[in-house]
Amino acid sequence: MSPRAKLVAFAAVLVLAVAGTVLFVVHTRQERAAAVAAAPPVPVVDLAGVTPVPHVVFRSTAIGDYYGKVAMVPLGDPAGPRAFTRVDCDRVYAHRDEAVCLYSKPSFVTTYQAEVLDANWAIRRELPLAGVPSRTRLSPDGAWVATTTFVSGHAYSSPGDFSTETLVTSLRGGPSLNLEADFRLIVDGRRITAKDRNLWGVTFAADGDTFYATAASGTRTWLVRGSLKTRELVALREDAECPSLSPDGARVAFKTRNGQPAGQWMIAVYDLASGKSTLLTEKHSVDDQIEWLDNEQVLYGLPRAGTGPSASDVWAVPADGTGTPRVFIPDAWSPAVVR
Amino acid sequence: MYITIRDRPAGAKAAGSRVATTVVLLGVVSLLTDISSEMVTAVLPLYMTAELGLSLLAYGVVDGLYQGVSALVRIFGGYLNDRTNRPKWVAVLGYGISALSRIALVPAHSFAAITGVVTADRLGKGFRTAPRDALIADASDPAALGRAFGVHRTLDTIGAALGPLVAFGLLLLVPAGYSSVFVASFAFALLGVAMLVLFVPDRRTAGSGLPVRRLVTELTGPRLRKPLLAAGLLGLCTVSDGFLYLSLQHSGDFAARWFPLMYVGTNLVYLSLAIPLGRLADRVGRARVFLAGHAALLLTYLVAGGSDGGLIATLVALGLLGAYYAATDGVLPALISRRVPAEARGSGIAAAQTVVVLARFAVSLAFAALWEAWGPSPALFLAAGFLTAGIGAASWLLKGIDR
Repeated sequence: MSPRAKLVAFAAVLVLAVAGTVLFVVHTRQERAAAVAAAPPVPVVDLAGVTPVPHVVFRSTAIGDYYGKVAMVPLGDPAGPRAFTRVDCDRVYAHRDEAVCLYSKPSFVTTYQAEVLDANWAIRRELPLAGVPSRTRLSPDGAWVATTTFVSGHAYSSPGDFSTETLVTSLRGGPSLNLEADFRLIVDGRRITAKDRNLWGVTFAADGDTFYATAASGTRTWLVRGSLKTRELVALREDAECPSLSPDGARVAFKTRNGQPAGQWMIAVYDLASGKSTLLTEKHSVDDQIEWLDNEQVLYGLPRAGTGPSASDVWAVPADGTGTPRVFIPDAWSPAVVR
Repeated sequence: MYITIRDRPAGAKAAGSRVATTVVLLGVVSLLTDISSEMVTAVLPLYMTAELGLSLLAYGVVDGLYQGVSALVRIFGGYLNDRTNRPKWVAVLGYGISALSRIALVPAHSFAAITGVVTADRLGKGFRTAPRDALIADASDPAALGRAFGVHRTLDTIGAALGPLVAFGLLLLVPAGYSSVFVASFAFALLGVAMLVLFVPDRRTAGSGLPVRRLVTELTGPRLRKPLLAAGLLGLCTVSDGFLYLSLQHSGDFAARWFPLMYVGTNLVYLSLAIPLGRLADRVGRARVFLAGHAALLLTYLVAGGSDGGLIATLVALGLLGAYYAATDGVLPALISRRVPAEARGSGIAAAQTVVVLARFAVSLAFAALWEAWGPSPALFLAAGFLTAGIGAASWLLKGIDR
């Protein structure tokens, strides 16, 4: 090839690459606008009709103007019309009159926000957040909020060098506690001081002191019971992540590897009194913090395969290891049951 | 886009020579490719957790892949380079695999698919490194090798610094438009490959590729034995960056907030020092600068080990780490290429880089255990002790090698 032909060829590739990218970006934007326009209108009801009755608060992933907004449906008609709030959240959790919302604002330097919201979905308090939002929970008495973020490293870090930051913050004017720095971790009666220990996925008990979480060090994970008063975390069982306490406080549902490869989890329910675990019938890999619908059933989000990213549904399955999973709320993520 | 990097010779030395066009071209190829790969790296954690609903642990697994995969194929890339004597086309293969992996991210929505794509990208990276460095060495004046590698690494790192900016700029344009980021990333990679294919000359050394036995003889010969041993020894005293960042992050509030930016800071220092230190290596000796770089690393350990996470300590540690990279990353291949015959260059450079990566990988596991048992500060101080001994041994091994 002559130098000139080469330049022409490179110019052609350049034009192709730039034009292709620009067209793709423009096409994506148009396609989204079209999808929003063509999407079956999401049946909407008024907030005032849903708020007083028992309901589920969740992040709506139905295509349209409301994508990513926090919505709610009555427990009696979960797949029916939904009521929308004005807030956008990646993860949301709620009690009556109180909610916590984690979201990211992509920009040249992406920032992350956590906010505690009041009954009118207005900001009551802002919380510090160091990384990608992952999990959040409120304590039953509304005194504490827990947030887990993923503090990412960079491309060249060594295996397992990712790290989580879990904060438990008092909403009654007390301190913000860091589970890694402010708590002692005890496994088999011995204190673990390993610096690679990570803690995440908090769930609170009703007594205002006890909570459960995930502890990890090396390649092992544990279900731990923590106490806000004694600042101690004691391991109860190995291979358990993102625990969630049942409404009656007797059982904990969590993700378990159960011998599967990394990135694959089943749901197990652990009886706190007997120490017995039951595997649930969901065959898909579940990567979510489970939420209890009542004392008999659990809810969890599953990405919907084959329809591209961002499509997800909330499923329900009996908590005793029987029955088959069913879609509970289509186009939803991050459920929180408000009784 | 034409870039010429002229040297302003200090004083009356009229050596206003330019770095070979091939080196600048390869630098621009690397710049484009690094924009492409860092775009993906920057958005991947967000994409996997926020878009695909995978957990942080899943991302941890993917992150680990970045480290291990490329070390193993690196030596194979070097071998293929010398066996076929077609450095350019071996490099094209490597860059091509990585470019294709970007576009494969668009339909990849499962954990397994993303893992596969990331692995392919790393395979490509490992594959291309040695033939590319061999091409740089081949095209450059032997007396100015340090500067040539410095120019290449500077351009390469500029790309790495621009990548995240381009990615997040696109995300502002198309909220949550990760597919757009992957398509644009592919476009950059494609431009890099096109530039390599069209403009980088397919230089071939004399002969038609070495048989395996000759290659082994060359690699274990007396001229290469000492530098390889020294590089390996120093690698055994080197702790992975992740631990450094993590210790700075663990030790303070400021550092935790700015954790994602630490890597950018290190990169900025690296790219501003790569050319000056490369030239210095040409003047005062490559082994000397290589050892001095490890002395900067030694200081990094001491600062990070004794840090309270304050702003000053963090910045000093990041600056020293950048200086270490600038004094070693391009200087090592410059040092090695002089010690092997041209027809075994790819394998020689690959051998040195692989020795370093494998030594680091092995020591990372040991260091992780120390880190767990003692905590960051004592572990880093111990690493500093080992590194002091390593620098001593390496300087004895490298004695007279610059002559």
